[in-house]
Amino acid sequence: MSATSTQPKSPARRRFLQDAARGTAGCAVAGMSLAWFVQDARALPDRAIRPPGALPEDDFLAACIRCGLCVRDCPYDTLVLAELGIDGAATGTPFFTARDVPCEMCEDIPCVVACPTGALDHELTDIDDSRMGLAVLIDQENCLNALGLRCDVCYRVCPVIDEAITLERRHNERSGHHAIFMPVVHSDHCTGCGKCEKSCVLPGEAAIKVLPIRVAQADQAEHYKRSWDENTPLVDEIIDLPDRLPGTGTDNLAAPGGFEPTFKLPQGATTGGVGQ
Amino acid sequence: MSDKTALPVGAEAIRDKGYWLAYRFLILRRLSQSFFLSLFLLGPWFGIWWVKGNLSGSLTFNVLPLTDPFISLQSIVAGHWPEMTALIGALIVGAVYALIGGRVYCSWVCPINPVTDAASWLHRKLDLPKGWQPKRGTKYFMLAMVLGVSVLTGTVAWEFVNPISMLHRGLIFGVGFAWALVIGVFLFDLVLARRGWCGHLCPVGAFYGLLGGKSLLRVSALERAACDDCMDCFAVCPEMQVITPALRGKDADSPLILSPDCTNCGRCIDVCSVNVFHFTHRFDETPAPGRVRDRTNPAPKVGKAA
Ligand code: SF4
Ligand code: SF4
Ligand code: SF4
Ligand code: SF4
Repeated sequence: MSATSTQPKSPARRRFLQDAARGTAGCAVAGMSLAWFVQDARALPDRAIRPPGALPEDDFLAACIRCGLCVRDCPYDTLVLAELGIDGAATGTPFFTARDVPCEMCEDIPCVVACPTGALDHELTDIDDSRMGLAVLIDQENCLNALGLRCDVCYRVCPVIDEAITLERRHNERSGHHAIFMPVVHSDHCTGCGKCEKSCVLPGEAAIKVLPIRVAQADQAEHYKRSWDENTPLVDEIIDLPDRLPGTGTDNLAAPGGFEPTFKLPQGATTGGVGQ
Repeated sequence: MSDKTALPVGAEAIRDKGYWLAYRFLILRRLSQSFFLSLFLLGPWFGIWWVKGNLSGSLTFNVLPLTDPFISLQSIVAGHWPEMTALIGALIVGAVYALIGGRVYCSWVCPINPVTDAASWLHRKLDLPKGWQPKRGTKYFMLAMVLGVSVLTGTVAWEFVNPISMLHRGLIFGVGFAWALVIGVFLFDLVLARRGWCGHLCPVGAFYGLLGGKSLLRVSALERAACDDCMDCFAVCPEMQVITPALRGKDADSPLILSPDCTNCGRCIDVCSVNVFHFTHRFDETPAPGRVRDRTNPAPKVGKAA
């Protein structure tokens, strides 16, 4: 160190250092631009649904080599590779648009079998276990069923009918004496295939849409216990209060076996006036 | 400058060897490039699915998996260990190129090569200045940078911008705005930097160059004694610096072009009217005397005319 610092630097050495510095700086700039671009381009639009078995988006972009073999082996031409600047997904990666061509949930899952890299997880062998997205009845004002009609189309076409999507009977407040059969999607069975969205009878946009799970689902609130799911009591030693059941011995008039009070209210007085 | 360097590049070769021998490897290379591209296009255009996929990954006759080893490497450093199929595919491709020369990919397969070759041809015709010439090592910096960004972002980073796969995939699956990148590469090579992209920047070429660093198939300046300094080989070679050590070597120096930058394109073989160059293997030790320089055969003063 001390020997070199006292000697004049050789021009060759100096040039080497300059070149190295220049190369490093140039590549650092190029690298940062690339990293910025990658961060920018990886944002997946909400309408682009990844194929069945796709790893979580972050892992997917490390795994998918954009070969398109999944696209080729999809018998329904559901999948497409994103084109630069036209489709929002990272260029060359596979996705589908449910309203155009939904996933038909092939039993042998050829797209997953075709994937050479495991970007589509080969652990997925039962298509019912796939979670491409989650259907959401997003427009509850225009959905025909929500208006009180019996369209039911999304419900009928669902490959996991009565599990992924059910019709929930509600009172029709508008007419006062009809029912509304609300399509309700259940995340524990919906695969996100998009058949409901594809088939929604509304012109243009569908009232029911498949969204990526990250958009469609909130995180469970950890601090609210669901007593019906978990049998653990909130407080360890629960205080046991006496139950007052309707029936004989109570003052509940409406319940069978109730009894009349021994006193009579004066005529014309309202019950609200008691205790004045 | 001698009289011969003044002749248009390749004119003597055509005169002395005929059109076919003067363009043999160029024609074969274009055929090879078209062949590999059409294999992939047979499916989408004619419904003949011999080969599915693209250069990043493919399946031939439903049995032979092939994967780009550079993309697989990025995938691995990004944190994904690929399935066996992709690994086997990458090993096969890697082994083949390690044997025949990594940059054979560049000159015989890569779809960007006709683009940069066209730019270089036009560059020569228009006699444009050579422009920005990054250091030869820049592409290795690029390679390291790409792997670094793959690690940092956890993605196959180069595939976000790689003009090779965008063009290739584009032709097969639909191109979008990938044309812009291809035109960009063409203009870059034409106006900003002669032979700038493939030789100086492309990290894919750098990777394949390293992969084939010890490859078997090599070009040799076997008949270097016969060289008449027409400089045509330097004019056509995309990596002209690789020629000098072999062609200008002394008796004791190997006539083999051993630089990993050589793309084995064979244009030097075509363009040489006195047949200095040949394809051979790296262990070929046929003696190749250097040129004898004396007063009757002085070294021409071409200096840096290349
Ligand atoms: S087959 Fe796998 S690696 Fe190839 S494009 Fe589809 S998901 Fe990506
Ligand atoms: S996306 Fe729609 S059709 Fe598909 S499983 Fe879910 S609810 Fe059923
Ligand atoms: S198909 Fe559309 S309109 Fe009909 S019930 Fe389903 S969401 Fe409503
Ligand atoms: S030395 Fe010959 S084969 Fe190698 S790149 Fe140059 S012209 Fe092509």
